[in-house]
Amino acid sequence: MPKRKDIKKILIIGAGPIIISQACEFDYSGTQACKALKEEGYEVILINSNPATIMTDPETADRVYIEPVTPETVIKVIEKEKPDALLPTLGGQTGLNTAIEAAKTGILEKYNVEMIGASVDSINKAEDRELFRDAMNRIGLRIPESGFATNMQEVEEVSKRIGFPIIVRPSFTLGGTGGGVAYNMEEVLHLSKAGLDASLITQVMLEESVLGWKEYELEVMRDHADNVVIICSIENIDAMGVHTGDSITVAPAQTLSDKEYQMLRDASIDIMREIGVDTGGSNVQFAINPEDGELIIVEMNPRVSRSSALASKATGFPIAKIAAKLAVGYTLDEIPNDITGETMACFEPSIDYVVTKIPRWTFEKFPEADDILTTAMKSVGETMSIGRTFKESFQKGLRSLEIGRTGFGGDGKDPAPGSVAGNELEYKLSTPNSQRLFYLKYAIEHNMPITMIYEMTGIDPWFLNQMKQIVDLEKQIKLAGKDLPKELLEKAKKYGFSDHQLAHLTNLTDKQIEKKRKDLGIVPVYKLVDTCAAEFRAATPYYYSTYETECEARVSDKKKVIILGGGPNRIGQGIEFDYCCVHASFALREEGVESIMVNSNPETVSTDYDTSDKLYFEPLTREDVLHIVEKEKPYGVIVQFGGQTPLNLATDLQKAGVPIIGTSPESIDRAEDRDLFQEMLNKLGLRQPENGIAFSYEEAVNVARDIGYPVMVRPSFVLGGRAMKIVYDESDLEEYFNLAVEASPDKPVLIDKFLEEAFELDVDAISDGETTIIGGMMEHIEEAGIHSGDSACVLPPYSISKEHIDEMSDAARAIAKELNVKGLMNIQFGIMDDTVYIIEVNPRASRTIPFVSKAIGLPLAKLATKVMLGKTLGELGLTKEIIPPYYCVKEAVMPFDRFENVDPVLGPEMKSTGEVMGIDADLGAAVAKAQFAAGQKLPTEGTVFISVQDKDKTSALPVAKSFNEMGFTIMATRGTATFLQENDVPTKVVKKVSAGRPHVVDAVTNNEVQLILNTGASSQTRRDGYEIRRAAIKYKIPYATTTDGTKAICSAIQALKKEGLSVNPIQNYHQENKHA
Amino acid sequence: MKALLALEDGRTFPCRSFTGPGEATGEVVFNTSMTGYQEILTDPSYYGQMVTMTYPLIGNYGVCPEDVESERIQVAAFIIKEYQDFPSNFRSRGTLADYLIKSHVLGIEDLDTRALVRHIRKFGAMRAVISTSDLDSDSLVAKAKKLPPMQGSDFVGKVTTKKPYFWKDNHPDHIDLDALSDPSVWRFKGEKHSVVALDFGIKYNIVRCLEKVGCEVLVVPAKTSADTIRQLKPDGLFLSNGPGDPEPVTYAVETIKALLGEVPIFGICLGMQLLGIAMGGKTMKIKFGHRGGNQPVKNLSTNKVEITSQNHGFAVDLNSIGKDNSAMTHINLNEDSLEGLVNDKINAFAVQYHPEASPGPHDAAYLFNQFAEVIKNAKA
Repeated sequence: MPKRKDIKKILIIGAGPIIISQACEFDYSGTQACKALKEEGYEVILINSNPATIMTDPETADRVYIEPVTPETVIKVIEKEKPDALLPTLGGQTGLNTAIEAAKTGILEKYNVEMIGASVDSINKAEDRELFRDAMNRIGLRIPESGFATNMQEVEEVSKRIGFPIIVRPSFTLGGTGGGVAYNMEEVLHLSKAGLDASLITQVMLEESVLGWKEYELEVMRDHADNVVIICSIENIDAMGVHTGDSITVAPAQTLSDKEYQMLRDASIDIMREIGVDTGGSNVQFAINPEDGELIIVEMNPRVSRSSALASKATGFPIAKIAAKLAVGYTLDEIPNDITGETMACFEPSIDYVVTKIPRWTFEKFPEADDILTTAMKSVGETMSIGRTFKESFQKGLRSLEIGRTGFGGDGKDPAPGSVAGNELEYKLSTPNSQRLFYLKYAIEHNMPITMIYEMTGIDPWFLNQMKQIVDLEKQIKLAGKDLPKELLEKAKKYGFSDHQLAHLTNLTDKQIEKKRKDLGIVPVYKLVDTCAAEFRAATPYYYSTYETECEARVSDKKKVIILGGGPNRIGQGIEFDYCCVHASFALREEGVESIMVNSNPETVSTDYDTSDKLYFEPLTREDVLHIVEKEKPYGVIVQFGGQTPLNLATDLQKAGVPIIGTSPESIDRAEDRDLFQEMLNKLGLRQPENGIAFSYEEAVNVARDIGYPVMVRPSFVLGGRAMKIVYDESDLEEYFNLAVEASPDKPVLIDKFLEEAFELDVDAISDGETTIIGGMMEHIEEAGIHSGDSACVLPPYSISKEHIDEMSDAARAIAKELNVKGLMNIQFGIMDDTVYIIEVNPRASRTIPFVSKAIGLPLAKLATKVMLGKTLGELGLTKEIIPPYYCVKEAVMPFDRFENVDPVLGPEMKSTGEVMGIDADLGAAVAKAQFAAGQKLPTEGTVFISVQDKDKTSALPVAKSFNEMGFTIMATRGTATFLQENDVPTKVVKKVSAGRPHVVDAVTNNEVQLILNTGASSQTRRDGYEIRRAAIKYKIPYATTTDGTKAICSAIQALKKEGLSVNPIQNYHQENKHA
Repeated sequence: MKALLALEDGRTFPCRSFTGPGEATGEVVFNTSMTGYQEILTDPSYYGQMVTMTYPLIGNYGVCPEDVESERIQVAAFIIKEYQDFPSNFRSRGTLADYLIKSHVLGIEDLDTRALVRHIRKFGAMRAVISTSDLDSDSLVAKAKKLPPMQGSDFVGKVTTKKPYFWKDNHPDHIDLDALSDPSVWRFKGEKHSVVALDFGIKYNIVRCLEKVGCEVLVVPAKTSADTIRQLKPDGLFLSNGPGDPEPVTYAVETIKALLGEVPIFGICLGMQLLGIAMGGKTMKIKFGHRGGNQPVKNLSTNKVEITSQNHGFAVDLNSIGKDNSAMTHINLNEDSLEGLVNDKINAFAVQYHPEASPGPHDAAYLFNQFAEVIKNAKA
């Protein structure tokens, strides 16, 4: 059936900010869907609060509402736009839940909006555990036995019914706390008692344990004519018990015979029909008992998901795009398969390679959190790798991870074989954790039998044997040493060994191995991802490398540019950089230059097969990138958009003769190297905060005394703000040295004057080497000392004087000129005591480029790319800075609810996973939108708890007054309360946690507090502050930890009380800019 | 052990044998199924062919006695990218290498199978030799050139059963050839539909599927005459799949021709091709065949698409039969080729693909019910 003509306007709900378990995959799928629907001539309306997405580009949808993804927004947009249909299945769980919540209000009936893709009924059937169980029973399938209990007697009853072992899961807790596995009645009672206490609703779920069972996933598509196809099967290496998002997974399934695979396929199809997913993609997760093949359905998601993004990248089949077309009435047999160009989408991809996905964790950012993997997802990103063997794919995946490893060990980063203590080994194997895969290697090196490793880990022996083959070959390579024979070298490359590993194992240098290998003619070939295992000719050039004989890369004679992507998402490097890379690709296309993307992140838009002219799905290492460069011989390579990953390669690539376009690596170096940077600032007459370097604790004490406290201390050898701390006095400094770092001649500690209570600003600029235009100035809401990635900020600045703004603009121009910046540059400024300081300069795309681009309505990354190709800003029509006549607020989104024991306080180390944007003519309203978008439900009445340190008291007073005037009750602990009362603010006193009960945390728990303003505490009250902030997260009560943050929240609530929040498409705002 | 694969057009692929020394000849084809290698190995339709699996890792889940589709391995040789010698599956009873070695079937690995597949896609399935003893390209290519062509050879005689059999306890239960002259040979006459299956290389799962829909299947040798079949008074006649070119299998065509209209007929794969010829049509060799488990076929009466298992290198030319005698029921979505035909007047229908799957999706299993239905209606 052709597409529907009765609907014209379709509303799509996006996923909002990047959080753990919901990352760029929904930008990828949402963008695909918007494009597909626009292509079909529909008017597409989009709601998404995440500015760092391609999806929210004004070109992607007809009207883009960068507004909070909440039912309220959906209702307002429906009232305003009156769409014909709502497509809820492309924005992850957030999009789905928001759509359902909005639907419950009756808004869809009221405006005659049809929900397409999945009905409310089918969504409920899939999401509600009991409805789902009934549905599965009807088609003869089983889900794990389970039951709820609210007291110990029920626990006993339910446990008897289910049988042991039992998983105890407290309902509604923070980060899955309080649960566990019970093997007998005594244990289940013990765990449930703790679980009932931990649960906010005094309820535990007891579930039949399928721990250790094998886990599989099938990606399924169905059209309204009931055609169903399986796109991909995925096998988890980690057994049941580890969240799929935290599991290493492989496509296709490796250890299923056809009989078992078809059983899963049949079940998936039955489930699609029973749940009633009308059209679109879904995934079904299975657990299989390794002993007898018994099958259990774990869950199904009636929407596109992280796995469907992975499956799309793994097979070349664009699930989201097809899902969108199915939703408007097409059937699978009417939609062509883009990859082959000659076949139809109604088929099941066959792949002739092995795909491995490895999660990327950032436990190093949360040292207080246990590095243990459970059923709650903790990873922040992932890499995907493709090889013709599992071994090749696996090792490529490991070197894509950006964790400093170049493969499955053998790179000098592991303890000597046999040196890991037995009990450590056993613990690390039997308790899933982010380092477990390396412990698998140690276990193999210990000659632990595969069967024993299997018993401890539940990891299928097939995978363990693959790993053993790698370890065995490593031994052979080591033995052969410098004389590594050709045959062995070739085999090693087929096993996925990198030159770096081989160099380490043979005591040669990387360059020597590279030379030896190339002299022997051992170079990779590129094969196509074609959905059909070469049965048909493929039209779309999507490549991966492998060591075989026939190369399929079709190298053109056109002028071409390679863009290096950012690799896996991690905190500090996320979707923002992918956004820039995608824009670079668009710019190249517009300029008629062939675009070639290299990246290893399957969640992204950059790795969509039609974003660039060519896609190489490869690790971003020197070796892998050089191979592509040697094959393609590009005009230039762009390194400044993909964040730290490609930047780290820049110098090496340049040395190897690779033409880097845009700002030179030397200039990048001049900004990053401490001494060169200082020299440059001196030359330009610019100031930076006083600073020094210390090679010992004693030196540090002296340096800090000279500079004057507070100071910012950090080790020189780590990047991204890690182990960075603000130190207020000498005892703090001593503690820092005792706990965090050691200073030594080769590992000095850097000490900077901390600009306490300074204004901090981020400035993004674009330069062609001659002219520099300010893209945007963002004033941080939080005071200095909070990592810029975690700080909320406002564009344009709201409290900075014109003189300072001009001074910063001049400084930016001078620096850009001095560094001969060709492209983008970001500068962080601090203003203290009327003095402007340069804190940091990064002559490359920054995290804020997408936000600024959305704010001013200019695609900065695209323009920068054209500059790199030789255009001047004048030629591009960019002659003056745009200062919007409205406020844009960026707010960061934190992952604290995922990690137990972590103090949710902001500091110099970045911790946020994502960001949202709020836009409004009124600053308070823009702040309120950003707060709602970030998940903070700001109250308009109730009680505000205020607890501030002495130095913040003066600035907190007006805030307290405002809240009092707005009708809020003020609650405070003794010290703050006395101060407020003395200043005529009526204040209720509550006990500190340390002063006995009932105390403030009890008040929070009892729902007596609606808003918490609690500024960073001194050592004595630190514990109190921590308890309060954790309680705030647990009960989802909005809180601010800085005085400026509290002011912003105050103004937001004022705006809310005044007239509520409006919704407006970004296109309208941009129109205002043109007239401004 | 080093080995060499030589194609008749001169292209060679150095590789390794994972089954010890040997030499094999046949036509090189490829299969795109990602699972089901044991079913493929034992599918008689692959007789005389060296099968290349496009999925690179094979052997992962070992072998299992229940997964065979005939009594022995049928392929001439097995070509894979990387052999997996440590199977892991609760049903596994041994390794693939041991399984091949026991049957003296050569298995090779460590060659660029994707390059081989692309070569076949471009230039068609072709004759080839694999050897572990003769590693000289020229000599091996010469040998390949001398092999008899697929077209024109009758392979059915090589794979059809010598003795008729019933299906009992999931295994063939052989009876004497003479027993076919006795119409009371049926064990469940009246209770189940009596179906004679002409064995051109039948897959066991076809028999299982027929039994499952209430048929009692008597599998008979390909050369069983129309008279013998008539004497058995079957309720239905099934024409099985099988290897090679249908044109030289003239005896079967004669048998089918004689029985057209007398008894409901259902054919699969080679069975459809033979039915087509019997109805006056022609068949042709297609370039590189359809072999895999992901071929989309549209059922023209329901307009629904079924994902099918396929394995054929020849096809029926519908135009040669004429619209009066038959109608197209199924069409291949990728290339609009004929996948199923019917002649309602004589209760005969057939499909080019494999509804019995094994390996492959079960989407088309309804065809067996359809056959049972046709039989029931014919009886009434």
